[in-house]
Amino acid sequence: MNNLIKLGEGGARIVADDPWSWVREAAEPLPDGPLLLPLALWRARQSAEVLAGRADTRDGVWLAPDDEPEELAPWLAGLPLIALEFPSFRDGRAYSQAYLLRTRLGWQGELRAVGDVLRDQLSHMRQCGFDAFAVREDKPALDALKGLTGISVLYGRSVLEPRPLFRRRIGVDEEE
Amino acid sequence: MYQYDEYDRALVLERVAQFRDQIERRLNDELSEEEFLPLRLQNGLYLQKHAYMLRVAIPYGTLSSEQMRTLAHIARHYDRDYGHFTTRQNIQFNWIELEQVGDILERLAEVEMHAIQTSGNCVRNITTEAFAGVAADELLDPRPLAEILRQWSTVNPEFLYLPRKFKIAICSAEQDRAAIMMHDIGLYLYRDEAGELLLRVMVGGGLGRTPILAQQVREALPWRHLLSYVEAILRVFNRHGRRDNKYKARIKILVKALGVEAFAREVEEEWQHIKDGPAELTEAEYQRVAAFFAPPAYAVLDDTDLGYGSALARNPAFARWVERNVQAHKVPGYASVVLSTKPGPAAPPGDVTSAQMEGIAELAERYGFGEIRIAHEQNVVLPDVRKSDLHALWQRAGELGLAAPNVGLLTDIIACPGGDYCSLANAKSIPIAQAIQQRFADLDHLHDLGELSLNISGCMNACAHHHLGNIGILGVDKNGSEWYQVTIGGAQGKAAALGKVIGPSFDAAQIPEVIERLVDTFLAYREGDEPFVDTVQRIGLEPFKERVYRQAEVPA
Repeated sequence: MNNLIKLGEGGARIVADDPWSWVREAAEPLPDGPLLLPLALWRARQSAEVLAGRADTRDGVWLAPDDEPEELAPWLAGLPLIALEFPSFRDGRAYSQAYLLRTRLGWQGELRAVGDVLRDQLSHMRQCGFDAFAVREDKPALDALKGLTGISVLYGRSVLEPRPLFRRRIGVDEEE
Repeated sequence: MYQYDEYDRALVLERVAQFRDQIERRLNDELSEEEFLPLRLQNGLYLQKHAYMLRVAIPYGTLSSEQMRTLAHIARHYDRDYGHFTTRQNIQFNWIELEQVGDILERLAEVEMHAIQTSGNCVRNITTEAFAGVAADELLDPRPLAEILRQWSTVNPEFLYLPRKFKIAICSAEQDRAAIMMHDIGLYLYRDEAGELLLRVMVGGGLGRTPILAQQVREALPWRHLLSYVEAILRVFNRHGRRDNKYKARIKILVKALGVEAFAREVEEEWQHIKDGPAELTEAEYQRVAAFFAPPAYAVLDDTDLGYGSALARNPAFARWVERNVQAHKVPGYASVVLSTKPGPAAPPGDVTSAQMEGIAELAERYGFGEIRIAHEQNVVLPDVRKSDLHALWQRAGELGLAAPNVGLLTDIIACPGGDYCSLANAKSIPIAQAIQQRFADLDHLHDLGELSLNISGCMNACAHHHLGNIGILGVDKNGSEWYQVTIGGAQGKAAALGKVIGPSFDAAQIPEVIERLVDTFLAYREGDEPFVDTVQRIGLEPFKERVYRQAEVPA
């Protein structure tokens, strides 16, 4: 995938040589290199060891918006990458999927936004725990970088900031 | 009133800057209209028939005199000298230039106002009743929790692209004047016998194409769990609400599809994961916010005032206005006043000129504590007026054209802007309202009819809540021409009911006559002083239908 923004320790960077291929449907032959697969296809390709949660896999999973993130629970320790899709930037299901993966299921690896990924939603995605953004091909990733910051005040809570503002205010005694 | 601190101020100013940039990118074509649309909607900007419309938030309908003056300024300098108060207690400006929106928002931010999430598929303005904090029948002031919810739902990253718009209302009085049963979430706040603050949570109300009243999903929810419970509801909705059909995307459809028990189970299950987490509200936060809504410095007064009493006895026009437009207050010697924005054909319901806005600001300062409320019936409320000042206030309100003594009566029509402005409308609303007001201009007759609500929506989106009107009028499109469907028997409040269609629709010219026939039927069957809606409930639709369709008036 090209046109990719990744967050890392040194901040955000644009990745020009990302090795992953997004396979939307089973096609023969599959591309070379690491593959991002729909859940059913991913499952079909894994060894019994991987499916039993006893081995790592090279294949990443792509979840469609109506897939249940909870289904990935047995394999999280061995997965290299999870991608969540925005079929349209107006479809917000992946924000909740991201919350569940990060906060409830404890996913620590890369969480990549794919699909209709645009500058004006990047800060929301980031708040919900995405750390990689495959910006839509026709939009410059350099421009999309400006969308990562967003608004500095978050009243409520998010994956990045699990405590609502009322627990973060200066002068608030946490041990109420 | 709530006042901004540095967090609130920073958020609103950054949002203005962000939206300015988005507008600029739209004007440069860096953003397509399709990409810009949800961004502008989340900031209250619609593209209407003739121009952009900007909807400014008035959180839970409360504003200060200074804020009202700013609205007047915006109406005068950026619009055509008026604004329109909506059924969600907001204000709309109908003639806005895209290039000026950044400046308008900056001006609003100076007085702690904004247009954030007044439209779009996100959590909208949190509403409550116009008499919150002052109503004699109130158990608790719902505004601190409304403000806490407002903050929590503002730019909440997980819930900005929901399947559809999401409306939350909260109420805590004997009478439900916030119409909570027609909201996506309706919250009723009460205390149990031990004095604990609890919430009854109702979900899945809404009007539009599929009018449904909300159903209870939780009783006796301790107030500290408000945010986590709403979060659980929104997460279930965000994940499972339909997105394939805009008309089936509201949470009411999900509740209906699953059944309320199954829906409630989903919510409870989600809630179990988060209920004891950091979203749990603290007493300190409640007290911090509640302090902003502490009662003003009321004078200690007798509940009766001699001057007021004699003005009532002397002046029947004043007495009539008091009877309709003055509400009981919890503090002796005070009352709440409703300034009617429905003077009759002279102005569309909810429309207020800049001069009137400035006049209202002046009245709020002279006869109150500078506070103003917007009622969901599109009227303006001055919450804290001394009874001894009512007569003087009435005279001044009369000069401003805001003293129509018709609150709750047939000419207190709730109407959306309709086909004159709105690109969604099938039919016009304003001329229909005006024709009815003209027909019922006789005040004695109007008062004799008693409580009778009449709501006119220009399309199925039901912005004027026509289903809940005792008489509801809905604009429909038939082969490209404008027709009107009539319902009767709707009601809001705790006894909320959806009106029933009386029969085939009418053309605009027939409507005043149809209303007159409905009213005549009511008068013929009325027992004692019963209100219209009780007569409808007692005798059913048939006698009304029979009279309305008696002649060859029915369109083929």
